[in-house]
Amino acid sequence: MKNSIEAVRVIRKKRRVGKSILLGAVIGWFLLLILFPLYGIIKEAFQNGFQLFLSMLSTPESRHSFLLTLWITLITVVINTLFGVVLATVLVKQRFRGKLLFEGLVDLPFAISPVVAGFMFIILFGPQGWIGSWFESSGIKIIYAFPGMLIATLFVTLPFVAREVIPVLREFGLQQEEAAFVLGASKWQTFWRVTLPAIKWGLAYGVTLTIARSIGEFGAVLVVSGSIIRKTQTATLYIHQEFTDFNYVGAFSAAIVLALASFLILTLMQRLYKRKEGA
Amino acid sequence: MGIQVQSISKKFGNFVAVDNVSFEVKKGELVALLGPSGSGKSTILRIIAGLEEPDRGEIYLTGQDVTSIAAQKRKVGFVFQHYALFKHMTVEKNISFGLEIQKQEKVKIKDRVAELINLVKLHGYEKHYSDQLSGGQRQRVALARALATEPQVLLLDEPFGALDAKVRNNLATWLREFHNELQITSVFVTHDQNEAIEIADKIVVINRGRVEQFGDPREVYEHPDSKFVASFIGQVNVLDAVAKENRIFFKDTDYQVENRSKETLADGDVVLLVRPEDVEISVNKGPFSMPFVIDKIHYRGSHFEIDCMIKSTNVRIFEDKNQFAQQQWREGQEVFLTFKTYRIFEAEEGHAKVREKLKELGYIE
Repeated sequence: MKNSIEAVRVIRKKRRVGKSILLGAVIGWFLLLILFPLYGIIKEAFQNGFQLFLSMLSTPESRHSFLLTLWITLITVVINTLFGVVLATVLVKQRFRGKLLFEGLVDLPFAISPVVAGFMFIILFGPQGWIGSWFESSGIKIIYAFPGMLIATLFVTLPFVAREVIPVLREFGLQQEEAAFVLGASKWQTFWRVTLPAIKWGLAYGVTLTIARSIGEFGAVLVVSGSIIRKTQTATLYIHQEFTDFNYVGAFSAAIVLALASFLILTLMQRLYKRKEGA
Repeated sequence: MGIQVQSISKKFGNFVAVDNVSFEVKKGELVALLGPSGSGKSTILRIIAGLEEPDRGEIYLTGQDVTSIAAQKRKVGFVFQHYALFKHMTVEKNISFGLEIQKQEKVKIKDRVAELINLVKLHGYEKHYSDQLSGGQRQRVALARALATEPQVLLLDEPFGALDAKVRNNLATWLREFHNELQITSVFVTHDQNEAIEIADKIVVINRGRVEQFGDPREVYEHPDSKFVASFIGQVNVLDAVAKENRIFFKDTDYQVENRSKETLADGDVVLLVRPEDVEISVNKGPFSMPFVIDKIHYRGSHFEIDCMIKSTNVRIFEDKNQFAQQQWREGQEVFLTFKTYRIFEAEEGHAKVREKLKELGYIE
């Protein structure tokens, strides 16, 4: 009897030790991957004082790059939210040939490396490209200009809204919409009053993911923009430029702003995720 | 004029869901569409509401041809099988939805909602959401929402299907009383014959997309038009028999029953349908009785079910528990059965096939 109690104690102790090791590993990994680099960035950015940090952020190049990122993100969010909802609606409600294949294609931007995607757009929209040459003759530049960067960002963020909305819409079903129809609501009224409120948390989550990715996108935008200073340089491209030019303070100052934005988005996302799962 | 359904048909791909269905619901009537699952009854209801378009045929609501009119404009109230309440809206908001779409005055809406809350007895639940309500309460919200805009016609798709037995009975009785009060032309879909018999003024029996019979519950129960109706509505014994010179012999026996219909039966296989409660069991031989042996006795609470055998023919009868206590029936006992009422159908496809079909549909074991 006493022995068996002893045995249980030993097992419990072993379990406790096992748990501590796991927890330690997780914390260590977290420190190594996230906290140390973050500390490094902050230290570098402020090494010559807060004043320099601010002045680095207020250079014309820096301000231009942040504005550009802001614009691209805004337009991307608007377009991909609308398009994502339409895409999800079509995929959930309509039946057509090749629907499964099409649904798979929605995820393509996840699978393709952004750099490859960028080159794809250069082939398509570049001055010698199939579509690009036509635009070129009309005097519209797509590659190495704003439209190209927007297209690249639209592409890499395409799946987010659709992917979040599709399952919510599927679970929502058709009956509540039919109930609204029978009560006299038009399709438009039904969408605004019944469907949209039902999918709003999923939609908001998808939008947040879209924002996060738009702000952070680097590869695809780098390829199509040519990273021309004060023209086609987004915040991430600016950081890259400053870094390769050995202006570490400038690079890390901008990086902190982006990191802060990411942190805010992350907090928002966690809240939205809870709402989404709760509703 | 209430609802007229005129020779509507509907296919989904190759599947014929509704096949040339016609019936009429008079103003103020409560009619049941009764049939097994997959029989097309819900599709018919959805066609009446305008949620589904018929391939052929017309729908008239209060005398007006609405076949080409959208669901939004038909002014019907519809109660969905799983209620389809707007989940993100309160009870109050659900009920006022139709009125708000009609852009009625706020004061009017408020009064109407209060009136409906009163009608379906949901005081104190105005601010609740559907996931805070019980099944029965949700059902009543769905009903109030459907009635808010004062529709000409009320359609209910398996209104009690998702409720447990007890709530279901109470609600069915309540719906009947409710209907008596409001006198709104109503159609409800059900697969439960008891429900249909209890609360409907008329029953449309649907099988494989077709109307098998249309009549009041008594007519349908006591004078079924077809084997399907007889076997679907209530329990029934399906017995193989042979017609010879207008007399009906049980298979492999000399025992016979008379042909009570006016039409002479052609010689050949027939199917005899007799309800368990229409068989009299006795220890004594009677003028029209036949000798059987009790094979099995099943206890069913309020009554007993007794299986009696004669050669290969099995007849199930119901015996009230008080009667049973008096007679002390036991398995293996020899008894005499008298068929009080029964119906005979020619087994045009051969009785074996008829049985097979009924078995397939799950109406006999």
